[in-house]
Amino acid sequence: MGMTITEKILAKSAGKESVKPGDNVWLNVDVLMTHDVCGPPTIGIWKNEFGKDAKIWDKDKLVIFPDHYIFTANKHANRNVDILRNFAEEYKVDNYYDVGTSRYKGVCHIALAEEGFNIPGTVLIGTDSHTCTSGAFGMFSTGVGNTDAAFILGTGKIWEKVPETMKFTFTGKMPEYLTAKDLILQILGDITTDGATYRAMEFDGEAVFSLSMNERMTLCNMAIEGGGMNGIIPVDSVTEAYLQERTNKTYDKIYSDEDAVYHSKYEYNVENLVPLVAKPHSPDNKASVREVEGTPITKAYIGSCTGGKIADFQFAAKILFGRKVSVTTFVVPASTEVAKQLETEMYKGQSLKQIFENAGAVIAKSSCAACLGGPDDTIGRTVGKDVTISTTNRNFPGRMGSKQAEVYLASPLTVAASAVKGVITDPRDLM
Amino acid sequence: MENIVIGKAFVLGNNIDTDQIIPAEHLVYSMDDENEAKMYGKFALSSVPKEKSGLPEGNIPFVEKDKFESEYQIIVGGSNFGCGSSREHAPYALKKAGAKVIIAESYARIFYRNSVDGGFVIPYETKEKLNEKVKTGDVLKIDIENNLLVNNTTGETFNLNPLGDVLPIVSAGGLFKYARKSGMID
Ligand code: SF4
Repeated sequence: MGMTITEKILAKSAGKESVKPGDNVWLNVDVLMTHDVCGPPTIGIWKNEFGKDAKIWDKDKLVIFPDHYIFTANKHANRNVDILRNFAEEYKVDNYYDVGTSRYKGVCHIALAEEGFNIPGTVLIGTDSHTCTSGAFGMFSTGVGNTDAAFILGTGKIWEKVPETMKFTFTGKMPEYLTAKDLILQILGDITTDGATYRAMEFDGEAVFSLSMNERMTLCNMAIEGGGMNGIIPVDSVTEAYLQERTNKTYDKIYSDEDAVYHSKYEYNVENLVPLVAKPHSPDNKASVREVEGTPITKAYIGSCTGGKIADFQFAAKILFGRKVSVTTFVVPASTEVAKQLETEMYKGQSLKQIFENAGAVIAKSSCAACLGGPDDTIGRTVGKDVTISTTNRNFPGRMGSKQAEVYLASPLTVAASAVKGVITDPRDLM
Repeated sequence: MENIVIGKAFVLGNNIDTDQIIPAEHLVYSMDDENEAKMYGKFALSSVPKEKSGLPEGNIPFVEKDKFESEYQIIVGGSNFGCGSSREHAPYALKKAGAKVIIAESYARIFYRNSVDGGFVIPYETKEKLNEKVKTGDVLKIDIENNLLVNNTTGETFNLNPLGDVLPIVSAGGLFKYARKSGMID
């Protein structure tokens, strides 16, 4: 019987000829990633369980990014970064990207790609539910809790139940008013927030392969919003070109067999799709932008691992060029590299940074910032009854700060168009 | 691990997310300091909307004001229990409140793993919509060996899905205990 790409990677990692959905296997982890929220408790469990002589199974495979609660006066948040810093120093963890140094990166999932840790065919586990983002590189990546991470830290191993795979094929040529965010919001509206629970989500089709790596990461990033264990896109020349600039590691290109068995298959022609939002308070609460256009907003937010990559800002710049925003608009580059690219990437003779500054947007430092609310002094946080339109991934009550606030999730094009008009606006009206 | 768990049921709806189980503002307490750790019990399920807390009637707090433990040991939920963030504090908070077993139609994967691997609560799945058949306060008996649930209050019996491959981890009391028992780690 044929296997899907996810099944093949898990079989390889477990040292088996083949696996099938439902099998429980012990995987050998290639990279363990953690950050300032879950890193400290993970280290705590690891020390408790393995004792004074606790050893990291392979320190070159451990990657730590402080990124969540960074630019804040909150004592508990700063204590967490101190714990990471001391740990990295004591155990000589080279892949630690400390804040306040030139090594500081920003949001972990984007930093993993930029620093060349995303390697096709490998297994990456992170203490963050959006670890599925890395699946854009034809690899298996998923999130776990602290106990699992502490176990990996000491042993390099994790048990997983092999998931069934759902396949999503996008045909047609991407229209200029659509982005990967619209595609994933379409899927979430169709399958709902538990439609992919304990399953792999495999994406393919000519429209998917026409996307940049940044856009592919957006697609995989929100697999978890459907309950998915991982999202995955097979390697092609676009993946290879990105990797060539970031790593000299060799890798396996793994593809699903022709006769692989899928849980279900979905097919969409992108030429028939329209810009979408997820209305408050759930990522599957889908509506077309047309259905909600005219809804007044108080803030617009372009940032996070979902919507703060350079491709997202290129989309936003197309709309914001030569225009002014009419509500407070935050531009939060996911990583310090993206922040630098804002100065070097040009559109019609201006840098993206100039375009955003001329439009009147507030440009913040790279971090998770208000994507998950954060301490009271976090930039971009919702307050009171804010109505925010955002390129982030979750809009549960209180996710971006205030429990009374309403958050609409949308593409960077839709967020930029809405920022200009002060009401939810279809980007096609400004293109 | 006990083979039989008897306790009162606390019934909830679908999509109970980790923010409802333990709101983010309470994640600051240390789990190593007993006085701070018991706060997780106090605030377990504190963000479930009032009308949906303790079905079918609602408006029943899981943990009484000024208490740190719940009088309910068995939580009966619907689908997608534990969705949202990867925070392990969620099943931990339920355990601190005294919960031993959860029964739901389905779980979010990370919550399910955290429950099992941390040895916090036993996450049982069922095919039936038990949260429509059991009332908050019913006394339930769970027979883990036979995967059976008996509602002592009504006399009804229901089948639970076998724990399958995670049973050894659940029986050992968590991932680390299991790994020691099976010789994977010292
Ligand atoms: S940007 Fe948001 S979703 Fe991404 S890792 Fe940070 S908090 Fe999580």
